[in-house]
This record gives sequence, C-alpha cells and structure tokens, in this order.
Amino acid sequence: MMPLLTTRGLSRNFGGLRAVDNVDFALMPGEIRAVIGPNGAGKTTFVSLVSGRIPPSSGMIVFDGADITGLPAYRRVRLGVAYTFQITSVFANLSAYDNVALPVQRTLTDGRSKGAVKAGVMAALERTGLADRAHMPAGQLSYGHQRLLEVAMGLALKPRLLILDEPTQGLADSEIDNFIELVREIAKSATVLLIEHNMPVVMQLADRITVFNAGRILAEGTPEQVRENRQVQDAYLGAGHD
Amino acid sequence: MHFGPHLLLAALEGLVTSAVLALTALGLSLVFGVMRVVNVAHGEFFMLGAVLAWALSTAISGHPALGFVAALVIAPLIVGAVALVAERMVLRRLNYNPEATIVATIGMLYIIQQLALTFYGPEARPVEPPFSYRILLPWFGYSGYKLSVVAASALLLVATWLVLTRTKVGLLMRATQYDSETAQAFGIPVDRVYGGVFALGAMLAAIAAVLIVPISQAHYLMGQDPLLLSFIVVIIGGLGSLRGTLVAAVLIGLSDGIISMFFSPTLAKIIATLVVAMVLVFRPQGLFGTASR
Amino acid sequence: MTEASPAKAYSLHLGVIALLFALSFVLPDYHHGLIARIMVLAVFAMGYNLLFGYVGLLSLGHAMFFAAGLYGAGLSVYHLGWSVPAAFLAGIACGALLALVIGVLALRTSGVAFMIVTMMFAQVFSLLMLYFAVWTGGDQGLVVQQAARVLTLGGTTLDLTNPTVRYMSALALFSIVLLATLAVVRSRYGRVLVAVRENEERTKMLGYDTFSNKLAAVVVSGTICAASGAAYALLFGYVGSSFASVQYSILPLLWVLLGGAATALGPLIGTLFMYYVTDITSGFTSAYLLIVGVALILLVLFFPKGIMGSIRQRWLGWLP
Repeated sequence: MMPLLTTRGLSRNFGGLRAVDNVDFALMPGEIRAVIGPNGAGKTTFVSLVSGRIPPSSGMIVFDGADITGLPAYRRVRLGVAYTFQITSVFANLSAYDNVALPVQRTLTDGRSKGAVKAGVMAALERTGLADRAHMPAGQLSYGHQRLLEVAMGLALKPRLLILDEPTQGLADSEIDNFIELVREIAKSATVLLIEHNMPVVMQLADRITVFNAGRILAEGTPEQVRENRQVQDAYLGAGHD
Repeated sequence: MHFGPHLLLAALEGLVTSAVLALTALGLSLVFGVMRVVNVAHGEFFMLGAVLAWALSTAISGHPALGFVAALVIAPLIVGAVALVAERMVLRRLNYNPEATIVATIGMLYIIQQLALTFYGPEARPVEPPFSYRILLPWFGYSGYKLSVVAASALLLVATWLVLTRTKVGLLMRATQYDSETAQAFGIPVDRVYGGVFALGAMLAAIAAVLIVPISQAHYLMGQDPLLLSFIVVIIGGLGSLRGTLVAAVLIGLSDGIISMFFSPTLAKIIATLVVAMVLVFRPQGLFGTASR
Repeated sequence: MTEASPAKAYSLHLGVIALLFALSFVLPDYHHGLIARIMVLAVFAMGYNLLFGYVGLLSLGHAMFFAAGLYGAGLSVYHLGWSVPAAFLAGIACGALLALVIGVLALRTSGVAFMIVTMMFAQVFSLLMLYFAVWTGGDQGLVVQQAARVLTLGGTTLDLTNPTVRYMSALALFSIVLLATLAVVRSRYGRVLVAVRENEERTKMLGYDTFSNKLAAVVVSGTICAASGAAYALLFGYVGSSFASVQYSILPLLWVLLGGAATALGPLIGTLFMYYVTDITSGFTSAYLLIVGVALILLVLFFPKGIMGSIRQRWLGWLP
C-alpha cells in the first residue's frame, strides 16, 4: 500500500533554531497516528509544514503521490488536508451554522442549491452533537463546544487527512470520552494525524505513535512498542511531564 | 545662467527643503515608531506652527528677529500642548488601535484646518526673516537665512538624536518602542511616554514650520505637502527607523528641489508618490529599514 | 447572515425603495434635488461599505474609483460625444479596470500599509487629473453639455436634466445596487467575505483562496463606486478634480461609519444624515470641515457601530 503522506528531509529553521530537523515521515491511509513529544519538540511546526501554514526551509512533502511542497495552504485543503487549530479559532461573531457552512459550501460541487448546504451543515453539526446550537454565535458556545465546532468544520471539509492539534486540551473528562468516540468515527472515512499530550487518549486511539524530540523523530511504533522504548521514557515520559 | 550654477542653486534649495523635511518627518517617524500611530494630522501641526509664528511675529513689534525668536519658542509649545490634549482626549481612549487612530487623526486634520481658515483666513501671509543677509557666490547671491535654516535644523536633529540615545527620557522612549508591554511591566510609564512622544512629534513639525515660514509664507492649506513628503520620507526610510528617515529626507529633499527645478511640480509629485506607493507594496520595510518586527 | 428571515429583510428594503419613490411626488423642489444627489452618493457609500464593512479592508483611496466613473462617463460625452448609455458603461469599465490594477497591487499589503497605499494611489490619480487639465478641465472641471445628457430608449427620449427623470434615474441605480449588494452579502460569497474579515488565516485553512476573494471584492466595490461617479457626471453634468481629492475618499468612510458598517441600509442613512446635518448647519456656519472632523472623532470614540449597527445590536437582530 502506498503511504497517504510522506515527508522527506523536511526541515524548518526559525533564526538559528532548527524547529523541525530533517524529518522523514510516512503515514498509511486509514491510520490513526498520534504525534507526541515534549513541549517545543517541533510537533506543531511539523503539522504546520504539512498543512502549508508555513513554508519549509528544505525537504519535500508528498500527499497521495503528488508533490505538494510548493502548494499554498488553501490548495492543500482542497486536496483533502484539513487542519484544526490548537488554539480554538472559530469565527466568534458568526453562528455555529455559518462556521460550518463555510467549509461545506466550498466542498459542494453542485453549486447553487441552498438545500445541499443546509443538509451538509446539519449533518456535520449532528455528528458533533451541536445541532441544537446551530444559531448561537460561536463565541458564546462553551469551550468544549467550540472545540467540537472546530472538529465539525474540519469534518465538513470531507478531508482525506484530518490533522487535529491538541484537540482534547481544556476538555472535561466526560467530553474526552465522547471525543474519542468521535475520532474513531472519523477514522472510518479519513486518515487522522493527532497531536496530543493526554497519554490515555493517545494509547486508546492511536494505531501508531511517532515521538518527536528536538525537531527530530525519536521513535515510532505501536503504542506498546513506544511505551517500552527506553529512549522515549528518558526523553519524554521521564522528563517530568505532566 | 549656465547649467552648473543652475544645478547648484537647485541643490541649495533642495538642501533647505531636506532640512525642514527631516525635522517634520522625524516627528512623524517618532510617533509611528514609538506609538504605532499613523498621524494624518501631522501636516496640520506644521501648518499650526506657521500660522502661530505669523500671529506672534505680528503681535510683537520692534526688530523682526525679536518676533521670530518668540515664535520659535512659543509656537512649538502651543502646538505641543494642542497635540497633548488631542492625544489624551482621543488617541488614548482609542487604545491606540491603528485603524481607529487614523480615522481620528483625519478628524483632527479637518478640525484644525477649518479652525485655521475661520480664525486666520484664506490669505497667504509672509513672516519677515530675522535677518536678511545675502551670501554672494560667484554666480548668484543666496539668502543667508536659508542657509541658517539648514544649520538650525541640523543642530536640532543632532540634539534630538542625543536625547534619544544618551538620556533617560530617550531610553524610556526606546524601551517603549521596542516592546510596550514589557516596558509597562518594568514600571515604565508607557502612558506618559505616549503623551510626550505625540507632543514632541507635533513640536518638531511646528519648529520646522517656524523655520520655513519666512521663506514660504503661512497658509491654512500649507500642511498638505509636508504631510505627503513626510510620509514619503518615513516610508522610504523604513517605518520607525530614525537613521533611514534622515537619509531619505536628504534624498527626497534634494531630488524634489532638483526635479521641480526642471519638471513641472505636479509631475514630480506624481512620480514621487507613485514610487513610494510601489516601495510600500513591494518592499514594506523601506529601502533602508530592516524587516519590521 | 443566517438563513433566517430573508422575506423580512427584502420587504424592509423594498419598503425603503417604495418610500423613496413616493417621496418624489411630495418633496419640495429643493429637497427633491438633494435626495436625488444623496441617492447617487449613497451608491458610492454602498460600494465602499462592501469592502470596508464586510471584508474589513479600510481604503483611504476610494475617491479614485468614484472619479474614474465620473471622468470615464463625463469625458466620453464631452470629448467623444458618446451617448448616455455608452458613456455610463465606459465610466463603469474605467472604474472596474482601475480597481483590478489597484487591487492586485494594494492587496499585497494589509492593515495600516493598505490604508496608506490606497491613499497614495488615489493621490496619484487626483494629480494626474490636474496634470492633464487640457482634457479634464483640472480643478475648474468641465460642465457636460445639457444637450448631450439625453437618453433615448426605443422611441422615448429622457432628458436627464429634468428633475423627475433625474430623481427616478438615481432611484433606479440606488435600488439596483441596494438589492444587488443585499443579495451578495446574503450569498455564500458574502459569508466568505465576512469570514475573511473575522479571521483571514482560518478562512485560508478552510480551503479558500482569500487573495482572490479580496481582489474580487475590491473590483466589485470599485465598480459600484464608479457607477455612482458615472451617474453623477451624467445626472448633474459636472466633472471636476475635487471629486478625486482625499476628501472624497474620507467622505464614504464617514457616511458608512455613521450609518453603520456592514449593514445594508447604513450607507444610505449615513449619507442622508450627514448631508442634512451639513445642509442645516450651513445656515449659520460655513465650517463644513469642522463638522466632518468632529463627527469622525465622535464616531470612532463613542459610536463605532453607527446608527444601523446599533439598531441591529439592540433591537433588530435580523437586520442585514
């Protein structure tokens, strides 16, 4: 099977700092992959490079067999790479409905019909359990609901690769359980790349785990393999991480 | 007159323009650099300085130098006070939001202009120079006063530079410019620094106007050209860069003097404005500035 | 912006249009002429509002788009003897083309730099009109011949200098633009424009090419402003460089701020209000600029949402 996403020698410098350093990475279709690592390990920079929010200093990114290194972010989104933000950035002054309508209307090819937009929006809102709050301004939703709205927007893009950047941050335990169900549900139709600090969530969800440290991939494998890995324990788990 | 002397004359005129422009633009640059406020009313503070200079020099009888010196001291102080009031009453309440402050300073522009028209009138009025010594060059005589304007402006620029780099006040201003939040956290009275900088910026424009008014007459619309030219200087020199501002002022002043000696002034303005707009589009950090933070 | 109550919104706006139509028969001559002028200038404000209110791009150079329409239409009648419809289209085309060029350049910048760049381009435009005074009439301007301002449609001849024809033409343009902008901002495209205003980075990550969307908005906005300018030249018969001056870039900003940015009726209300304030105060003061200046400062300080914006916030949430 061909990987959905591959990076080769991917690097990004900020001034003298090498935030992402020569990363070779491959992601198989249908996988749920978790990316973990201590703060400042380059996880967010790495997914920002993949989604096109920042350009790489060197290296290349291949998505579904095509070189997308030079493509602007919006073109990558159209190819099926969706990114949900670490810091919630829903459109606070627009209703939840409008927030989701934006990605829905763009993916529709049939053009004019208002009914199609409405159906698509409501489907995404129902999947995330926000349907009864469709007409509330997004800024007035609770924090947990804003995170879910963020996911609904990502889902509405009908992505082939959904990148979730710390999706459970700030969620209550009960919300986290629902969230795990939701991600499993999503993974039936899309590949998921997940940055996550919450280890129980990672262990429950991930098919494979990639560990970043100091801009490089330190280890990669199944949850069990990573848990047993001495280096990972030293660098990450042993580093007094909360 | 032959081409050489003609060019020399143009260059001298350009130098006078540069000197006044450097002072005016320095004021605009300081306000932008420290406060991140684009002061569209800057040209009106210039005009106010000139109009006050006329009022003061006509009110004081005796030797013209007496009135002029009085104007040189009092006019900038009044303009500075006006600016301070405007800053406290308007800009501060807008939290220095860049877009809202532009709209507000446009409002100030209209208010000051209209008040000048109402109380000063539509006429252009001359101010007598403090002395009228002519320096005789082999090809033509040249006004000694104009050269003294260049000298005075150079002195003031050096003084401002010393204040900025060598004094505690300057240090406060630079700290605020660098990072106002950190400065605040270290106990720098950022709020007062802002008030002071806005007043200082307006005073520099007013001083420049007092210096130039014996050469060019006072008029209620005279603020427009200095505003445009100052914008050009600040943009070419790099927003907020003092050294760049100075270099650009000399460059623009000289080329303005020389170009308008040989071409129509309107055409010169068209070309200059277009060039500057393009600089801002393609090289927003200015020609001499480094990339903005 | 939500899907709710389109009927309510459209009936309100049709009601306003009907009211303006009815006013034509009852207004005294002086106010009749004034309202006609206000409707044309409200179109200018609506064009400005599209960019400033909905996309959040604050231009300080929209006078150049208005003036492009004004000169495009006025000069093609004056020098080339074109018919009214041809001249009107010429004016609009000039504005659209100018907006495309300016948009491509100015949209490379954002924020304060965008404001300054648009102001400078407008300054260049205005100076060019002065420089080519032989054709444009410079700051004296040109009066478009009365005889040329006649519109022949099929068998009927409409004299645009006739007050009623003028009023109805202005109303027609105003209505078309009002309903068109209403449709645009309620459409999917309108939703994208607002998204760009609220968070451009996020909009990109939803797969939108925000540059192209912004460019389209600049062109539509510039074209509407040019339509207003072209109508002004043909209806009022005067073309002059004062319309290209900085002041005419500031005025639409003032009207929109006053009436309420990102509201459909705000531009009309703002223009109407400002015109009448000026008109009433002109009885005892000539300090027109003072009023503009004070109004600008008071608006940004205490009333940033404007009249319609505040009404929407307090009472009528459905107001477009």
